[in-house]
Amino acid sequence: MTWAVFAQNLVNGLSLGSLYALVAIGYTMVYGILRLINFAHSNIFMLGAYMLFYADLMFRLPWWLSFVIAVIVTAIMGVIVERAAYRPLRQAPRISALISAIGVAYFIENLGLVVFGGRPKPFPVPAFFSKSYQLGSVYMANIAWVVPLLSGILLFGLMVLVYRTKVGLAMRAISHDMETSSLMSVDVDRIVAITFGVGSALAAAGGIMWGLKYPQINPLMGTVPGLKAFTAAVLGGIGSIPGAMIGGMLLGMLEIMLVASMPALSGFRDAFAFLVLIVILLARPSGLMGREYREKV
Amino acid sequence: MRRISACVALIVVAMLTVLAGGLSAQVEPIRIGVYEPMTGAMAAGGQMTWEGILLAHEMTPEVLGRPIRLFLADNKSDPVESANAVAKLIDQDKVIAIIGSYGSSNSMAGGDVAEKAGIPMITDSATNPLVTEGKDYMFRACFIDPFQGEVMAKYAYGEGIRKVAILIDVAQDYSVGLANYFEATFKQLTGDARSVVAKVAYNTGDQDFSAQLTQVINSGAEALFVPGYFGDMALVAKQLRALGSKILLMGGDAIDAPELVIIGGEAAEGIVFSTFYSAEAPATPEAQKFVDAFKAKYGKTPNANGALGYDTYNILVDAIRRAGSDDPKAIRDALANTVDFPAVTGSTTIDESGNATKDAVLLRVEDGKFRYLTTIKP
Repeated sequence: MTWAVFAQNLVNGLSLGSLYALVAIGYTMVYGILRLINFAHSNIFMLGAYMLFYADLMFRLPWWLSFVIAVIVTAIMGVIVERAAYRPLRQAPRISALISAIGVAYFIENLGLVVFGGRPKPFPVPAFFSKSYQLGSVYMANIAWVVPLLSGILLFGLMVLVYRTKVGLAMRAISHDMETSSLMSVDVDRIVAITFGVGSALAAAGGIMWGLKYPQINPLMGTVPGLKAFTAAVLGGIGSIPGAMIGGMLLGMLEIMLVASMPALSGFRDAFAFLVLIVILLARPSGLMGREYREKV
Repeated sequence: MRRISACVALIVVAMLTVLAGGLSAQVEPIRIGVYEPMTGAMAAGGQMTWEGILLAHEMTPEVLGRPIRLFLADNKSDPVESANAVAKLIDQDKVIAIIGSYGSSNSMAGGDVAEKAGIPMITDSATNPLVTEGKDYMFRACFIDPFQGEVMAKYAYGEGIRKVAILIDVAQDYSVGLANYFEATFKQLTGDARSVVAKVAYNTGDQDFSAQLTQVINSGAEALFVPGYFGDMALVAKQLRALGSKILLMGGDAIDAPELVIIGGEAAEGIVFSTFYSAEAPATPEAQKFVDAFKAKYGKTPNANGALGYDTYNILVDAIRRAGSDDPKAIRDALANTVDFPAVTGSTTIDESGNATKDAVLLRVEDGKFRYLTTIKP
């Protein structure tokens, strides 16, 4: 591999990895606070992309306004999902909520097939994002730096929310012990709803960024990115927000570098991604940045 | 008085029952199954095929004096779901013949089930040779990939290209097969075993091709052949152009869908591909009639899959007519003896291995439209 090719692949890897990271942050945040793997996250991701598609198509709004509206509408949908499918199971064993999450995921996916149709739709991409520049021998589209920047900003915002605000304090209290925090006058239902709202907004932002980079959306589009982002979150240590960022970057970079260095094996890229996950988990069961949690008996 | 009216009522009821029984015996429909990808990555292909089948059904709604009833099963662009869909059509809907499916991997999985059950199946657009190989009940209305691979390799060679790269979807039999036939012919034409300078792979569902395309660009290829489906090709085109490459992009019949230009946009300009049919160059008088009827019903121009769906239905109905019964074995024999059927995509004769021999059409994307280049005879 020459230096120029390596540099190009570095840009490719950064751009893919930051997308994984963006989606992984949402997964890890909900898990960190509720100890619930929200399988519907990848479907909320899909809804976010469709909300922007329809906001743009039906109301012909300026792009940034469509973006804001799509994120807000998707966040509201996430809160509705929580209210309908998770809240009634708050006192039930954790496995019930997990099964409910899987059910919600299939429900949204199939609802999407009925409402949006199975044919892929072209995602509206403003010229700014797809414009690509040449730096030396390396080509880079604007989207390649917009996504890492946005991921970084959201990461920072999230850290501030969780560690510097009262809502964040309540979130951390709930993650520690839900019953005791409710005795300390923390409104558990409200905090959990906010958590889902923020998580879904992150998923929507991820779905929209994904659409900008790969401008073809369909109701099943969330499956593969969702799996990869979940892998990234586990890799980084699920529950840890910086861990999700690092896990996503690492996974994206590894995938690109595998294809680049061993093109004959490029069809095995997903197998490789999961192999890495297994190896890392064997060495560090709680992920790269994860803390050891001991279940209270 | 009351007794008489009760008698009359009974007689009327009895007569009505006999009449209804007679009517229902008369209208017992002929049940034909269709399995196509109505959702998933190949949804556009399946839906366009279904439009063609529906139009043909509207124009020929009965055979042997009995109405034809269609049963549609969605195979979700997936081989496992295809086998399930065919099993459902046979066991639950009791169909006597099956049409489908778009996608060679889907057709191979579905064909196995139909073969075991002894139900004749005719695929509209699955081009991999293995789809019909070694099967008695499996037929197709389209050409096969050894021919298509040769057509595209000759086109590239004729354009003065001596170094090509190939990007293969390793999860699709169609893609792997077509890539091999293309490669073999191209190497033969150039007489140089190193004329295929890069062979890179991806998996169905992948959306990021940046590493593979970086490899292609670095290999010095003058053209890239992508035997994948329309959605993949649209993303490949976008990413290839974003990486600054202007080399010729070529594909097979599976990229013949409006999504190629809707999603690919400007990046899709100049893509050349082979397919079964072009509305710009109708091959037969039947073709013009089809184009007009299709435009009247759907308000748009049909692509090759619409035409093949229409043809496949008509070929099957013709076979049922010649069989003179709804017995699956008799229909199989009649299908195997299809000779010079006047189809939209060219006169169709089914050979002993169940395949049709037809012309290929080359199209190029110009100003967001598929423009007719030339027709190539087998």
